[in-house]
Amino acid sequence: MASIVFYLAAAVALVSGAVAVSHRNPVVNVLSLVITFFCVAVNYALLGAEFLAAAQILIYAGAILVLFLFVVMLLNAPEVKAAGDARPFQRAAGLLVACVLAAGLVLLVLAPRFPVPGVGAAGDAKTIGRLLVGPHLFAFELITVVLLTAMVGALVLVKRKH
Amino acid sequence: MWAELAVTAGKLVAIAATILTSVAVMEWVERRGAAFIQDRLGPNRVGPLGLFQPIVDAVKLLFKEDVTPEAANKWLYYLAPMISVFVALVTFIVIPFGAGDDVTVLGVPLRGLVVAPDLNVGVLYLLALSSLGVFGIVLGGWSSNNKYSLLGGLRSSAQLISYELSMTLAVLGVLMATGSLRLTDVVAYQGAHLWNFMPQAIGCLVFVTAAFAETNRLPFDLPEAENELVAGYHVEYSSMKFAAFLMSEYMNMVTASALIVTLFFGGWTFPGMGAFTGWPLFLLSLASFAVKIAFFLWLFVWVRWSLPRFRYDQLMRLGWKGLLPLAVLNLVWVSVAMVMKWI
Repeated sequence: MASIVFYLAAAVALVSGAVAVSHRNPVVNVLSLVITFFCVAVNYALLGAEFLAAAQILIYAGAILVLFLFVVMLLNAPEVKAAGDARPFQRAAGLLVACVLAAGLVLLVLAPRFPVPGVGAAGDAKTIGRLLVGPHLFAFELITVVLLTAMVGALVLVKRKH
Repeated sequence: MWAELAVTAGKLVAIAATILTSVAVMEWVERRGAAFIQDRLGPNRVGPLGLFQPIVDAVKLLFKEDVTPEAANKWLYYLAPMISVFVALVTFIVIPFGAGDDVTVLGVPLRGLVVAPDLNVGVLYLLALSSLGVFGIVLGGWSSNNKYSLLGGLRSSAQLISYELSMTLAVLGVLMATGSLRLTDVVAYQGAHLWNFMPQAIGCLVFVTAAFAETNRLPFDLPEAENELVAGYHVEYSSMKFAAFLMSEYMNMVTASALIVTLFFGGWTFPGMGAFTGWPLFLLSLASFAVKIAFFLWLFVWVRWSLPRFRYDQLMRLGWKGLLPLAVLNLVWVSVAMVMKWI
């Protein structure tokens, strides 16, 4: 039962992920990204990480992609023609980054022990909370500083015009 | 195994039927309530007191011509009302409708009619799914290819993102006091302590206000402001697709009321419930929950016909400069009160 759900969700995630990068209509791109995130959330839930699944939908699908959709509609972005005007070095750089990421992914999957600490017990918010303010406190605070910087940057950009 | 499946299916059917019926009743309450507030009679011809009016309306909508705009994006145009109804219906599976740990059907405990009682992130699941509801509105507005509906959809996405924040922060106060994300635990906590609206009056106020904004009801119905946008995001929708949007709005009102009651007004608990057990307690708790929800549904109607609509900048100012600081203040208060053992 669980494996059927997994393969179904994974297949839908892959297909919609491919549509997200290849379709010409920007609104369809955003929507297929929503479906991808949804399927990823299903897989989180299958792993017992219910909190992560809910957070994934709440934050990525519910808030960030709504913002994406907002911008796409506000700019009324036209349908993209086939991307023929990419410069050669852009293609080379893209290929390089893609290769590095793919190699990392393959190494990760082939690794004898999948390095996901706490899976199984980390389903509830309490465990995640203890991990965040305990062993991972420094990383947690670092991320808040990054977010704060982004917020200040956005404010500076907006205020400059007035 | 089979008994469990049967009981779960029974719960789903019972809940869906109740909610769809309450949508029909709410339509009647809304029209008669509006008439009452405006000193008129309202629809009183079909059936006793006009109670069959919703059925007649539904039949009318079913038989209306279903117009699809020529320049619409067909797929998304059809998909949008479905998303709205889907999201409005599936949010109910974590809400505890009554007591019932000692009530069994076919040997399976009913557990307060919660469809998914073992989901340990109940509140988050609810917030996550209801945040997806905005896609129905935004896509409906965009795919119709009409500038009024597009403006309605854009307004609604901005509004929902702004008010979701304050709503979540207000819920956080309740979760801190309870120490659990399950709505069953939230209700049990309120059964043993004061109902949350007393110690967390500010949080309750913020949550109720945000709930009005999240359901697109007056005074925050900017996405469908008639005098500016014709009918907002559903201008181009007709027949049952229009009815689907209307139904999802009413279902969202029922969800919002159920959430307000569950989080801040004790859920199904009622004073003097210690004297009952078993089936009497179960039935009384259902009735208590229904009465509380009915009050908040009436509050939605009452406010709609009493307050004028906010201007868009006022709406944003209220959300970001009014409600958000208040919600944070509530969090600070709850933390201090918990450390000092006041609540």
